[in-house]
Formats: sequence, structure tokens, C-alpha cells
Amino acid sequence: MVGLHKSEFANPVINWIDTRLPVFTMIQKEYGEFPTPKNFNYFWNFGALAMINLVIMIATGIFLAMNYQPNSELAFGSIQHIMRDVNYGWLLRYIHQNGASMFFIVTYIHIFRGLYYGSYKAPRELLWMLGVVILIIMMATAFMGYVLPWGQMSYWGATVITNLFSAFPVVGPKIVTLLWGGFSVDNPTLNRFYSLHYLLPFLLVGVIFLHVVALHLTGSNNPLGIDVKSPQDTLPFHPYYTAKDSVGICVFLVVLSVLVFFAPNYLGDPNNFIPANPLQTPADIVPEWYFLPYYAILRSVPDKLTGVCLMFGSILVLFVLPWLDTSKVRSARFRPLYRITLLLWVVAVVVLGVCGANKPQGIWVLLSRAGTLYYFAQFLVIMPILGKLERPLPLPESISHPVIGGRGGGPLPSGAAAKPMEKA
Amino acid sequence: MRTMHSLLAGAFAATLLAAPAVAQEIEMPHQKWSFENPFGTYDLAAAQRGFQIYAQVCSNCHSLQYLHYRDLSGIGLDADQIKAFAAGVTVPDGTDDQGQPKEGPATPASQFRSPFPNSKAAAAANNGGIPPDLSLIVNAREGGPNYIYGILTGYADPPEGFKVGDGLYYNKTFPGHQIHMPQPLRDGTVDYTDGTGNSLDQQAHDVVTFLSWAANPEAVERKQMGVRIVLFLVFLTGLTYAVKRKVWADVEH
Repeated sequence: MVGLHKSEFANPVINWIDTRLPVFTMIQKEYGEFPTPKNFNYFWNFGALAMINLVIMIATGIFLAMNYQPNSELAFGSIQHIMRDVNYGWLLRYIHQNGASMFFIVTYIHIFRGLYYGSYKAPRELLWMLGVVILIIMMATAFMGYVLPWGQMSYWGATVITNLFSAFPVVGPKIVTLLWGGFSVDNPTLNRFYSLHYLLPFLLVGVIFLHVVALHLTGSNNPLGIDVKSPQDTLPFHPYYTAKDSVGICVFLVVLSVLVFFAPNYLGDPNNFIPANPLQTPADIVPEWYFLPYYAILRSVPDKLTGVCLMFGSILVLFVLPWLDTSKVRSARFRPLYRITLLLWVVAVVVLGVCGANKPQGIWVLLSRAGTLYYFAQFLVIMPILGKLERPLPLPESISHPVIGGRGGGPLPSGAAAKPMEKA
Repeated sequence: MRTMHSLLAGAFAATLLAAPAVAQEIEMPHQKWSFENPFGTYDLAAAQRGFQIYAQVCSNCHSLQYLHYRDLSGIGLDADQIKAFAAGVTVPDGTDDQGQPKEGPATPASQFRSPFPNSKAAAAANNGGIPPDLSLIVNAREGGPNYIYGILTGYADPPEGFKVGDGLYYNKTFPGHQIHMPQPLRDGTVDYTDGTGNSLDQQAHDVVTFLSWAANPEAVERKQMGVRIVLFLVFLTGLTYAVKRKVWADVEH
């Protein structure tokens, strides 16, 4: 459509801009009036939290980059320079370091929300797949970021993880050489990881933008997993969900602050306070906590290539999830059996995480095999079959029906649902 | 849900049961530290005594390369004391007019002097073992201050039948029990000027306090800032929640 936008803003400056570039109208439409299901619970905070988290990471990261030296001789010392000499450098770094952990906590809960309430099902398949892309970019970014301090665990973690690619036949060793920029993890590796660690977050911003665009086209899912049927089912995003998201953001900041100020190294590894030494392998090479379940999957089989395929497969399988789940019902609230299998899957992931932190011997091998088996069975066997066998509970007629009709509350006059909605 | 709970409990119990198998057979003492709890601060007198031990004993072999003499204000030394102490230390000082490396007295802005010019020299002088830099040693070991304390106080005669290698020493806390470092501190190694008793236990405690400060010099400021920020955020959370309740008051949900 060619032509100027007809702006409704009264302020002449805003109106002038909006007529030529309707960003104000867009914000008003997408974040002001945007009709949002009225029955969100606090699980729906986590998308906004992840967004805030990314902003915190980029903001602190930019200032850290001003003081960091991406050189294998200087990197470790430059971190100490940041921690000791740069004004509030310790604060920036501890926020960035613990912010990474918080980013994964928030994102994992966000993903669980999607799994529990069936947010990946039609028409939100692409929205979900963009989310998986975001997860993969996030992981790559976090992995490369952990290499930058150039401590023992940075170095040996990088060595182990990059070496995984050598398992692929023919091209494997070439990929590894390309990743390293040489024939071992060294200065060129650090340089390219630094460059990519700075680049990928902005790529993340782009994909998140698409994720949000897709969300605003399909509209949000909700705890009942049923479609919005009438305007009565929704509320304008502002002020209802801006207010509700603000509560979540405050709680998020409390948790982040407790980590940053009182236990900044709790989630870290003591070995990373030792400068990288290519001649001395640490007794135990473990990744950061958020990678432990995948690490356990990798080590659950004796064959390297199979392990690598399983590890990558554990993420990639999420791409086809919308087609593996054969149930038409979205919310686990109405799927008693699926709910149990999903919670068991969460248990399996936690068990895998614990396995990943322990040496692969004795009971841990057994547990990580059981965990891996269940992880994949949930997606590849249980979900396709369960959708056909399970008899879901009756779905409510509309979002406002159970809300107005009282969920567990006393009986209400039957005419209540017909009452015209009070305009906010 | 009940199955879920028992499964979670089972997973948790499995973790507990398996834990002892992972732990190494080392004795990890549990000391009380002035700085350990969320409101704890460094006992500055202990840290200063610990610095004296570092200067007189540890610094003969161990560097503290990420610290500068000016940082000592963090354990309560004033500018004159720092200047005087630094002046007594000789550090590399660029090159002379002939381009030869020269040395000179340190200033508060100088890095702490390292005892060896490089790691090869350090290994040659120490029977192949390289004395680790102590700037971050407390953070770099599982167990932190308790571990360092355990090493310093863990020297003993090896148990019957335990063969200790040439130039190595038996230590109860060190993984593998054979350490390159000869026992650095004994009762009375350092004479304190403030009249504090100089038992091994006291000295170990003091130097670990100093090294904990050296590894985390920001810790006190961090925790004090944290108390204020967390209190503020908790208050803000309450306020935001009240606003949310008010906004939602007219919606049936």
C-alpha cells in the first residue's frame, strides 16, 4: 500500500513522525492494545523475562568488551583487570556471568511452558521452530562466552566440545580445524570465538524479532490451550500484562541479585580460576550446568559418533515436535496421561543433569542411559501414540466461560457469562 | 502427582547415596571464617598478619601477580605504609639507556614482585613443581579457604607403608597426599608485631584470610551493596504486585 499513514496521535511531533513512519502506531497496536488472553498464569512471564535478560547480557557485554583482551596471553589477566581495576568491573562481570545462567533458567522454564500447554501446536509451529533456533544460537553463544576467560575449564571445555565434530566421517576433522583456526585450541580459536560471541547475540535479536512477529500473528496460547473466541476472552496487553510482567521482572531481578552479590561463583567451576594450560588436563572436564543433560546424553553411549548424534538430536528433535504430537488438545491440563509423561520427562532431564556432573561410571552410566532413553521415547514414541490413545478431559467452551463460571468456586448465576464485559 | 513426587524423591536419594563415592579421601577441615556468611567482612587485623606471612614466607616462592601494592589499602594499610613497603621491594623497571633490563624500587602502582622470572625458572628451583600464583588460589580450589587451611596444617608423617616420592612431602589434605611444597609454616615461624600468638593454627588462619581477600577484594563492598539492592528489589516487588492487583481488580479471572 502506497501513501502516508493516517496517524491518530494528537501530539504534533509524534503525529508527524507517525504519519511517515508509523512506529508509534505499531507500538500502540502490538504492545498497547494487543488483545491477550485474560487467563495467563505466571508461566507467561518468561518470554518477557528472557527478553529483559538478553538486554542485560548485551548491555553488560558491551562494557566488558571495552576492557577485555581476546589474546591467549592476555585474556585471563584482562579478566582480573576487569575484576580488580575497572570501576565496578566486578559488578559488570558477575552480572554477565550469572546472567548467562539466569538466561538458561528462564529459557528452560519458557520451553517447559510451551511443552506443558502445547504452545507448539498449530498454528504456532513456526513460532515454536524459531524458538528452537533461538535456543541453538543461545547455546553456541554461551559456549563461546565461557571460552573467553581462558581458564582451565574454558580451554578444556572448548577442546572437548570442538573435538566432537571430528566424529563426523570425512568432513569432521576439517570442521574441527576450521573451528580451531589451526591444529589445536589456541589464540586463533579465542579470536574467532570472541568475534562470534559478539556477533551471535545480535543475530539472536533478529530471530527473537521474528519469534515475536510470529507470536503477534497467531496470538498467544493460554493455560486452557483453547482459541480465543470473542473479545471477552482477551485483555489489552497494556496495562494488564505490562503490570503482570513487571512483577515477574522484579522477582527475576531479586534472584539475579542474590546470585551476583552473594554467590557469584556458586554456579562456576574452581578450575576456571586457573589460567589455561594445554599441558595439564583437569581431573574432570565438566561443562556449565546448563549443558550437563546434553553432556550426559553424549556420554551415555560408548560410540562417539552415536553419542554426538544423540546429543545434537536431543535438540533437533524439538523442530519436528509439532508433528510428533498427534493430540489435538493443547493444554496438558486436559491431558492427564500426557501430563504425567511430561513431568517424568522433566525428571529425566534433571537426572541427566546430575549424571552429567558425575564421572560416567557405575550407576551414572545406567542412569544416563535410562534418562536418554526416556528423553527420546517421550518425543518419538509416547507423544505420537498417546495422542491417539488418550481420552482428554472435556474442554471448556471458551476462555471466559470457566473464568466467569468459577474454577472451583461456588455456583454462579447461569446468566453471568452473558453479562457484557465491562470496558477497562 | 504422587508418582511424580516419589520419583523426584528417588532421584534425590540416588544423588545423596552416590555422593560419598565421588568424594576423594582427603581431610577437609571446617574452620570459621570472618568473611563466610552473607554479611561477613574480612577481619582486617588477621588479613594484615596474613600479609606479613605472605611477605616473609610465601612470597619466596609464590607470586601474587594480579595484585598491585596500592591494593593493600583494602586490608587497611594507609598510603604511607604502602609507599614504605613498596619502596623496600625491588621490581623490574623497564630498560636503561643501553636497552638492558633494569630494576628499581617498587611504587604503590607496581604489580606485586614475582619471585621467579618465568615458570621454567620456578620449576628448576623447586624440584620440577611450579608454585602456583596465589592471587586466586582460594577461588581456584574446591573447598576454598578450608582447603588452603587444610594444606597448610596438613603436613604429617606418612602412614605405615605409604611411599613418599623423592623431594615430595606427605600432606593429609593434598589430593594424592604427595606435595612438592615443603611445610611452609610451623608454630612460631613468623613473629607478629601486634602480640597475637603465633601458633601454626593462628598463622594458617591469618594467611588464608589474607589470601581470601586477595582473591575476592571486592567481596565486602559487593555484599554490602547486595543487601541494599536486594532489600530495595523486594520492596519494589511488593509495590509492583500491589499495582498489578489494582490494575487487575476490575477483571474477573
